[in-house]
Amino acid sequence: MTPHIRIFALAMLGALPASALAADPNLGRNLAATCANCHGTNGKSVGGMEALAGLPKDKIASAMKAFQRGEKPATIMHQLAKGYTDAQIDAIAGYLSAQK
Amino acid sequence: MTRFNRRDFLKASGAGLALAGAGGLAGCTKKGGHVVVIGGGFGGATAAKYIRMWSQGGVDVTLIERNPSFISCPISNLVIAGEKSLADITVSYEGLRRHGVRVMQGEVAGIDADKRQLRLASGDSVSYDRLLLSPGIDFLYDSVPGLTREVSESANIPHAWKAGAQTVALRRQLEAMPDGGVYALCIPKAPYRCPPGPYERACVVAHYLKKNKPKSKVLILDANEDVVSKKGLFTKVWETQYKGLIEYRKEHAITGLDIASKTVSFDFGDAVKADVLNIVPAQSAAAIARPFINKNNRWVGIDWLSMESEVAPYIHVIGDATFAAPAMPKSGHLANQHAKVAAAAIVNLLAGEPVNAEPLLTNTCYSFVDDKNVVHIASVHAYDAKEKTFKIVAGSGGLSSAPNELEGKFAHAWARNIWADMLA
Repeated sequence: MTPHIRIFALAMLGALPASALAADPNLGRNLAATCANCHGTNGKSVGGMEALAGLPKDKIASAMKAFQRGEKPATIMHQLAKGYTDAQIDAIAGYLSAQK
Repeated sequence: MTRFNRRDFLKASGAGLALAGAGGLAGCTKKGGHVVVIGGGFGGATAAKYIRMWSQGGVDVTLIERNPSFISCPISNLVIAGEKSLADITVSYEGLRRHGVRVMQGEVAGIDADKRQLRLASGDSVSYDRLLLSPGIDFLYDSVPGLTREVSESANIPHAWKAGAQTVALRRQLEAMPDGGVYALCIPKAPYRCPPGPYERACVVAHYLKKNKPKSKVLILDANEDVVSKKGLFTKVWETQYKGLIEYRKEHAITGLDIASKTVSFDFGDAVKADVLNIVPAQSAAAIARPFINKNNRWVGIDWLSMESEVAPYIHVIGDATFAAPAMPKSGHLANQHAKVAAAAIVNLLAGEPVNAEPLLTNTCYSFVDDKNVVHIASVHAYDAKEKTFKIVAGSGGLSSAPNELEGKFAHAWARNIWADMLA
């Protein structure tokens, strides 16, 4: 690693909250895999279901919370969304929004 | 006799070069190890792909499957109803090869858990660091007096509970059945693969008969005390859409079978002579998993965090073969979810890291009640550290309020997406 890259990497680490450093690095990945059956691997739907990859994090998280409250029309998501905590929704939304 | 080890794998797959290249990249940690997956269904195919993906190609994966391509049980009832073809529910294993999975068509003859090696019917042996068994189910033919493997596997009295030749055989019998004929579907005592599957089958067969042979009858002969899944939704459809066509009889465990006349008899209630007799026998974990069966003489008990067998270290078991957690059905969707918990655990264990302590699973199951309208059941299952099992998250999950066409479209989209999640 060149000194340039090392400095950049340290700066990136400094930008993360302390809690994120302690957390399981695969938490978001593992939780988002529970969505893949319908929404495609890493949120890349092959059709007929909404693709979630690369959507803004806030959009995914707020949609899940609206499903939980019954405020967003749904056939099944209002029932599935209730199985996830706020922290789990945050981790899923973060992971899926980072997918290209 | 040929022995495949990791070095042979690298040579055979050409992965050696790719791995050597990847090893030079900053940030890529090569975790190494060889995982053999037995069974390329919803569980095994998903696990093979996800182990490759989540190890960034660092773990070698060999998938051993007896069939040349994947044929889906979900949607196969629509083939029986004449709405879909077998080709529509068949998917190639080529996509897994693109992930670097070494796909071998073959039959596993035995597992030597001490040597961490398995023997193929061809005489070859394959060694592994960790084995993942997703073997599915085998039928307990002797659960039906008079039934044999030969009769059940022949086109005469099919089960059609594994998609493929049997699915087509049952379709042909329904096409040949005269108007006014009787189609009898015999359901085994739970637990069995796909709890709502038989009731869906009765509906879509009735839909076909109503259109083409309206004087016919569908008889559901259920060994259980009542409808096992989606009861309110199915019984309503039977009493309205299929009134006079579908008849449901509970507590009808078969006690006698006359093969020649296709007649089944019971301790209580009338014997039934059918034109098309579809007996789904009781089931257990498939034969290859027999050494690891430790629950009710039928299923494999596992550690739900790693999916490792309770009796055999380094051997992980997923899907329908497992002794289910409370309220966890044997479904393709859940096998795919088991696979991801197992894949994450195996990649971590091979790297000497702890497994995820808080895995989560979902289940989504769509059933057709005719060619277009569908009902679902869904649930979310979280690991309970105190009880060391998965439990449904309180307040999660539920059913459709009524059959509807929108969920019919979602059911097909679900199938396309889960097949891609496993195999593309």
